[in-house]
Amino acid sequence: MESCNCFEAQGPPDELLMKYQYISDFFIALAYFSIPLELIYFVKKSAVFPYRWVLVQFGAFIVLCGATHLINLWTFTMHSKTVAVVMTSAKVLTAAVSCVTALMLVHIIPDLLSVKTRELFLKNKAAELDREMGLIRTQEETGRHVRMLTHEIRSTLDRHTILKTTLVELGRTLALEECALWMPTRTGLELQLTYTLRQQNPVGYTVPIHLPVINQVFSNNRAVKISPNCPVARLRPLAGKYMPGEVVAIRVPLLHLSNFQINDWPELSTRRYALMVLMLPSDSARKWHVHELELVEVVADQVAVALSHAAILEESMRARDLLMEQNVALDLARREAETAIHARNDFLAVMNHEMRTPMHAIIALSSLLQETELTPEQRLMIETILKSSNLLATLINDVLDLSRLEDGSLQLNAATFNLHAVFREVLSLIKPVVSVKKLSITLNLAPDLPVYAVGDEKRLMQTILNVVGNAVKFSKEGSISITAFVAKSESLRDSRTPDFFLVPSDYHFYLRVQVKDSGSGIIPQDIPKLFTKFAQTQSLATRNSGGSGLGLAICKRFVNLMEGHIWIESEGIGKGCTATFIVKLGIPERSNESKLAFVPKAPVNHGQTNFLGLKVLVMDDNGVSRTVTKGLLVHLGCDVTTASSIEECMRVVSHEHKVVFMDVCMPGIDGYELAVHIHEKFTKRQDRPLIVALTGNTNKGTKDNCMRAGMDGLILKPVSVDKMRSVLSELLEHRVLFEVI
Amino acid sequence: MDLILLRRKVIEHQANLFREGYLDDQFTQLQKLQDESSPDFVFEVVTMYFDDSENLLGNMTRALEQPIVDFKQVDAYVHQYKGSSASVGAARVKNVCANFRNLCEAQNREGCLKSLHRLKQEYSVLKTNLQYLFKLQQDIRTAGGSIPMMD
Repeated sequence: MESCNCFEAQGPPDELLMKYQYISDFFIALAYFSIPLELIYFVKKSAVFPYRWVLVQFGAFIVLCGATHLINLWTFTMHSKTVAVVMTSAKVLTAAVSCVTALMLVHIIPDLLSVKTRELFLKNKAAELDREMGLIRTQEETGRHVRMLTHEIRSTLDRHTILKTTLVELGRTLALEECALWMPTRTGLELQLTYTLRQQNPVGYTVPIHLPVINQVFSNNRAVKISPNCPVARLRPLAGKYMPGEVVAIRVPLLHLSNFQINDWPELSTRRYALMVLMLPSDSARKWHVHELELVEVVADQVAVALSHAAILEESMRARDLLMEQNVALDLARREAETAIHARNDFLAVMNHEMRTPMHAIIALSSLLQETELTPEQRLMIETILKSSNLLATLINDVLDLSRLEDGSLQLNAATFNLHAVFREVLSLIKPVVSVKKLSITLNLAPDLPVYAVGDEKRLMQTILNVVGNAVKFSKEGSISITAFVAKSESLRDSRTPDFFLVPSDYHFYLRVQVKDSGSGIIPQDIPKLFTKFAQTQSLATRNSGGSGLGLAICKRFVNLMEGHIWIESEGIGKGCTATFIVKLGIPERSNESKLAFVPKAPVNHGQTNFLGLKVLVMDDNGVSRTVTKGLLVHLGCDVTTASSIEECMRVVSHEHKVVFMDVCMPGIDGYELAVHIHEKFTKRQDRPLIVALTGNTNKGTKDNCMRAGMDGLILKPVSVDKMRSVLSELLEHRVLFEVI
Repeated sequence: MDLILLRRKVIEHQANLFREGYLDDQFTQLQKLQDESSPDFVFEVVTMYFDDSENLLGNMTRALEQPIVDFKQVDAYVHQYKGSSASVGAARVKNVCANFRNLCEAQNREGCLKSLHRLKQEYSVLKTNLQYLFKLQQDIRTAGGSIPMMD
């Protein structure tokens, strides 16, 4: 037997020891083998395990240890060399792996420990972030509240609603116990409790406005913490057991309309403020946070703005109501005035007739009576009666005229009349009086004064007569001169009419009449009064000259209606007087026919005699007559296009053609149809050629038909050269010519 | 010599035509329209008239030859002819036309035929006369003279 290191069994007690060793080794091996299995199992289960390599190593180490112990089982008894070798190699391997593992662990364990610290750190961080997020959320919610509050406040223009809403919303947002608004009274010396959150109708709490705490709040535009014991905050009896909640007060500027001046925006000290008091719930540990105070300030500003809007609205509503009232009143006044005017006009109209009738009777019968045999006294009486009634009649006329002139219902007639004749008539009317008073009168008509003029002859004569009559009336001796001439702008330059301008025109001229007398004259101060109704100058000389004082007023009105001007100049008492007036009269038209002996400067055969290049169109289905008409027009120099049917005519006609001649005695063809077509084709009046019908038909109905169809002219055939010439010129000048059939 | 003679003849002839009533003032007007720009205006118009006449007269004849006469149509022709004649100043023709129209209205076939006959007669006389006139005028022109106008 070879020697071995094994321990020889000595006796039965050593067998027990060996048995126990045997069992222990077995179990150790088992354990050693099962540990890596467990490890592998659990690591597989877990999701993340960074140290696989370590695991392998550790597993190897344990397996080898287990193997070693297992192999040990064989070494208790006699074992061969192989077993010994295996055992040894296993042990060596185990030793190697163990050492390596031990070395590895030196690196790994600190890492594992630091993981733990990191985990702790992250946990803390997460908690912190959670806290911050909570804070932000609160703030954001507050912001939302503010917006909503603002929206609520701005959504109404009623002051009461605004304030109530503010309080309610604020109370809700900030979870306030009480919220109160104190408004300044009318006197401005006290603050009155106007709105509260909890109480519906606060009654009569007032505090004087000059308390130090209130001043402190008013002088600061931020929310100010005040003591819960101050008068403005002591609204309810203390219900809580402990501390009342913190109280904050803020001023709310009340903007008055009178505060708004253009230059300085309200920074004046005369501003009024309301006081808003906010109380946190008592018995809570809540304190006013910064963001809550900010919210309160923002809200207070918004309220101020909303209130000012409400105030402006109230003001404008009030102004509008006022205006409406005024409107109604004015309307009423206007209607009354109109009624009055109507009534007066009616009255005048009636009176006019009613007054004139008896007047007429008196005058007529008195003059008849005058013709009979009378005693001198009777004659005198009759003359007085006549004179008085004439005066009265004139007065009635004047009054009526004036009243019509005043409300502008008088309209001037316009007709052509002989201007020179008017002057001559005035002269002849005034001559008797003039000769009786032994005055001399002269009339000068300028050579360039037109003989004929267009205007209201009667009223012009009335005016001239009045002016001349005045001149005669107020002259006891001397001479009167009447001059009439056409006024040009230069002659007006120096006169007393700075704001009267002559507007030159081809159709009007200005007649200037000057009446100079060497009579009693007028003091310059009285001159403006002359033209006023019923005003009389007080100088002795005029006292008994009679007259109603209306004459000049009426003249002025007439002159104004004739777009003119009248004025009187005088150097003073005894120096005579010059009355001048200018009126606008029309120039009678030259083509006004035989009535006028007034020959116009142009030759009789005026108008165009040269139709060179005038484009015309001739339509006639009869070739011969078409050629003849064409020849006629060509001879006169026109550029003639011909057409032998309506279709052809419509095809050829253009806006270049100035005249279309058409034959309307073609049977079967309605020439009038062509006129209608042409009207349709040329909608603009200046583009449309003139349409002239040529007919041999002497039917009266033809002319009507032509006019109805919209033709501009009608000529009877046969047409001579001269006739065509004059027809063309007439047409082109007046754009219409209907020959007398 | 010839020229003066020719001119005198023309004047005489024209005067005759006017006196007899073949031509009226309208013809004078036509002559007035003759100038340097249209030296043959009258001739052209009259030639056109002749053609027109032949045409219309033919139409009238055919229309009246129908078993059932369309008087409206005939009237239309006559109206046309009247117009043409008036345009050139053919007075007698125009008058016959006027009469013709009345007969058409009365739908008097016999009368119409008679009128037509008269119309043709008048027309042929006029044509002859005018052609003679033109020939004279042409002769004057070839002889280098100017055509005398009637005032």
